[in-house]
Amino acid sequence: MKVAITSTGNSPESTLDSRFGRCSYFVVYDTENHATEFIPNPNKESVEGAGPASVTLVASKGVKKVVSGEFGAKVKTIFDSLQIQLIVLNEPEKKISEIIDLLNHQN
Amino acid sequence: MPRPKRIRKMTNPPHFKGYIPVGLPKENNSVVLNYEEYEAIRLSDFELYGQVEAAHVMDISRSTYARIYESARRKVAQAFVQGRAIVFEGGKVYFNSEWYSCNNCGCWFNHPAKEQEIKNCALCGSTDIEQYSDNSQETTTEDICICPKCGNEKEHTPSVPCKKEICPKCNCQMMRKGAPHHHRMRNNNCR
Repeated sequence: MKVAITSTGNSPESTLDSRFGRCSYFVVYDTENHATEFIPNPNKESVEGAGPASVTLVASKGVKKVVSGEFGAKVKTIFDSLQIQLIVLNEPEKKISEIIDLLNHQN
Repeated sequence: MPRPKRIRKMTNPPHFKGYIPVGLPKENNSVVLNYEEYEAIRLSDFELYGQVEAAHVMDISRSTYARIYESARRKVAQAFVQGRAIVFEGGKVYFNSEWYSCNNCGCWFNHPAKEQEIKNCALCGSTDIEQYSDNSQETTTEDICICPKCGNEKEHTPSVPCKKEICPKCNCQMMRKGAPHHHRMRNNNCR
């Protein structure tokens, strides 16, 4: 199963980005083969509609869960209809590697 | 310009796409039943709610609910009489999913797949989760001061704010039990 995590940088040592639509990077982590993929967010600077555009990007990667600090109002309904689980983690200091550890611990 | 439509709340979307009549050649003139109409039939005729109650569940007015329900019944009747297929599609709806909080890692998560029961936290796999419910207004009437650190409870003294009370065990500022900030503290995993 694939999980998307919003990140402030493109290394496992960077921290969780507290915004979803305008985060710097998306980390797509595969819980089966433990592969990580860093995708720069093309919607970071967009004026409007960054959230829905990011949803399309994330959904095209086939993720089932999304971890971020916060989700906008437009995004929640789209994720619900796509049956993608949202995880809100209110800890901006948390590193990507720590979140991946948490996800691994589950399996 | 007309007033924009209020977005209807769906609690249980159908898990299949529609119906086809038995024993008829397949024709391409199906009746499109919107999600909101499906939900209206479900609430009125399956859950046996009254209109006021059902309208409240869908977060719309009673008269809007009546219109949706009438349209739904007409579409179903049309499909039955003319032997047409029913397709569930479209409608101005949003899906309401339940939110949970995890006491282990302090995260919040929702649960889009309602068929399975949820037992573990989506992030850390801990079983120490609780369902978030928006009933903070009901619990604020309790007159109990609580220590956010050790959970020590004390009966509230009128005219003395809870935050002026000091916990006798750990010298910590106390707060009103069940108040919104108490909920927030609990969910932030404050120890």
